[in-house]
Amino acid sequence: MNLNSLTIDAARSAVQDRKVTATTLAEEFYTEIQKDDPRIGAYLILSKDRALEQAGRMDQLVSRGEKLPPLGGVPIGIKDVLTTRGVRTTAGSKILGNYIPPCDCTAVSRLEAAGAVFLGKTNCDEFAMGSSNENSAWHPVRNPRDPSRVPGGSSGGSAAAVAADMAVVALGSDTGGSIRQPASFCGVVGLMPTYGRVSRYGLVAFASSLDHIGPITKTVKDAAIVLRTIAGHDSMDSTSADLPVPDYVAELEKPVQGLKIGVAKEYLGEGLDREVRYAVEAAIQKLESLGCKIVEISLPHTKYAIPTYYIVATAEASSNLARFDGVRYGYRARDARTLSEMYRRTRDEGFGAEVKRRIMLGTYALSAGYYDAYYLKAQKVRTLIARDFEEAFSKVDAIVTPTCPTAAFKLGEKAENPLAMYLADIYTVTADLAGIPGISIPCGQTRENLPIGLQILGRHFDEATVLRVAHAYEQAVAPSA
Amino acid sequence: MKVTAKDVSYVADLANLELSDEERQRMVRDLNSILDYVDLLNELDTSSVQAMAQVSDRYGVDRSDQRSDRFAYAIREDIKEGLRKSLPHDVALQNAPESDGTFFKVPKVIDR
Repeated sequence: MNLNSLTIDAARSAVQDRKVTATTLAEEFYTEIQKDDPRIGAYLILSKDRALEQAGRMDQLVSRGEKLPPLGGVPIGIKDVLTTRGVRTTAGSKILGNYIPPCDCTAVSRLEAAGAVFLGKTNCDEFAMGSSNENSAWHPVRNPRDPSRVPGGSSGGSAAAVAADMAVVALGSDTGGSIRQPASFCGVVGLMPTYGRVSRYGLVAFASSLDHIGPITKTVKDAAIVLRTIAGHDSMDSTSADLPVPDYVAELEKPVQGLKIGVAKEYLGEGLDREVRYAVEAAIQKLESLGCKIVEISLPHTKYAIPTYYIVATAEASSNLARFDGVRYGYRARDARTLSEMYRRTRDEGFGAEVKRRIMLGTYALSAGYYDAYYLKAQKVRTLIARDFEEAFSKVDAIVTPTCPTAAFKLGEKAENPLAMYLADIYTVTADLAGIPGISIPCGQTRENLPIGLQILGRHFDEATVLRVAHAYEQAVAPSA
Repeated sequence: MKVTAKDVSYVADLANLELSDEERQRMVRDLNSILDYVDLLNELDTSSVQAMAQVSDRYGVDRSDQRSDRFAYAIREDIKEGLRKSLPHDVALQNAPESDGTFFKVPKVIDR
């Protein structure tokens, strides 16, 4: 079977119509992984037993003449920050190198209940902290489009796996852009839902007021199918919203004529690569030609988003990562004489450089004497950033921006300069801070054939409009259209 | 310079990190470079702005009458019976670096 551009519906129908068994399809993906992944590095752990067991269940349904569930037989990858019962979950960190979770993340169990075949755990930056996937404690990921370049991060393994046909779809997590930025760098679709739309039960926590789970896919429709499956209230996550889940797939076909699309000058200014700007401007024109009304808007506090984010996120991380102490699970330093020495050496040996840097920054920002100047200040500026969006969404239905200021950069290019790396998230962190949904979809490529991403942002819980605009654009630029 | 080597020692202590001499030097450099950038926030007068700790702080209120931004959180009911069982003892201990089968074992807590 040709795995290239295989979508959820195509894979499911092929299994349903007995063109291929779910078992054979899974095996074909494992063959592809065996062939290509030594070059890419997208996967950390394969869960073949579990995948073949699930594929066997789907094949039985078909042989009994039953209808497959919405993701029946569809091979998926899961970012390694999501817990999977009985399958090692490391969060890209040595400190969780041998951790075997006793339970499944809700998003994973919902996908499996819908028939998905879970191939394995995808590589990521350690504890999802990074924009290049170079912070994985195990190995970096290479961009399938150009192996000298990064796939983005932190969900770099998920984006690379989908881009290189090593999974039909994958789950990622987004705290400052970690779904949308790698999707943009790898030329695939990445959706961050509204804060609270998808349960985070089973997500290894980084920054709890900013963490989101969402899909990375080849098409907007696939993102809608996955979101429909994983969204909705979960009593295991008290931040999960108890709101009805719309049929995102049916909503895709609604017309976009007359929708008001905001374009903010703050996202098209200094620091934006020229080729990215042209591609995004062309995409805006395309949306206009589809009948959308383009409205100039202003999000005046955009330039404060990176400093705000790096204080809020690191403060929360320093607290969340306090649990890794070598007592109950994970790595423990050997031969420590006292408990306190054991804590320190375990954390020193278990965490990588970027994670330590963020724990230190966050601890500093929360420490006596600095709390007001840094943490409280950042929380107040966060309010201003959220208000910018409230104001904008009183005038427009969606906002389009570039996903990233540049296309994928080279491995090692920003590795020595944390601040330069942080600035790669400049257009994505704002949505995390405000809690609004956003998607990145491909909108052309540079002269060096590197993908460029278009970001579409929407109102809280209005993923339907975000997906609808993305789908309309995708259909309008599709080669067959 | 905002952050000195002494500050790094103090904060590492709070965070239960040891850090090598080399790591400490690099930390002084990196934290100063990041915090210099964070100073940008001081351009803004935030004296009358409320802090936002959670998205739900702003959207937890039912504003369905105002058309937008409704963020209704689930309020969990008290469950008197049929509570979800916690992890069985052996499962809770299965990832422990060291255990005696009943408890997690750790090195001496107080060094005399």
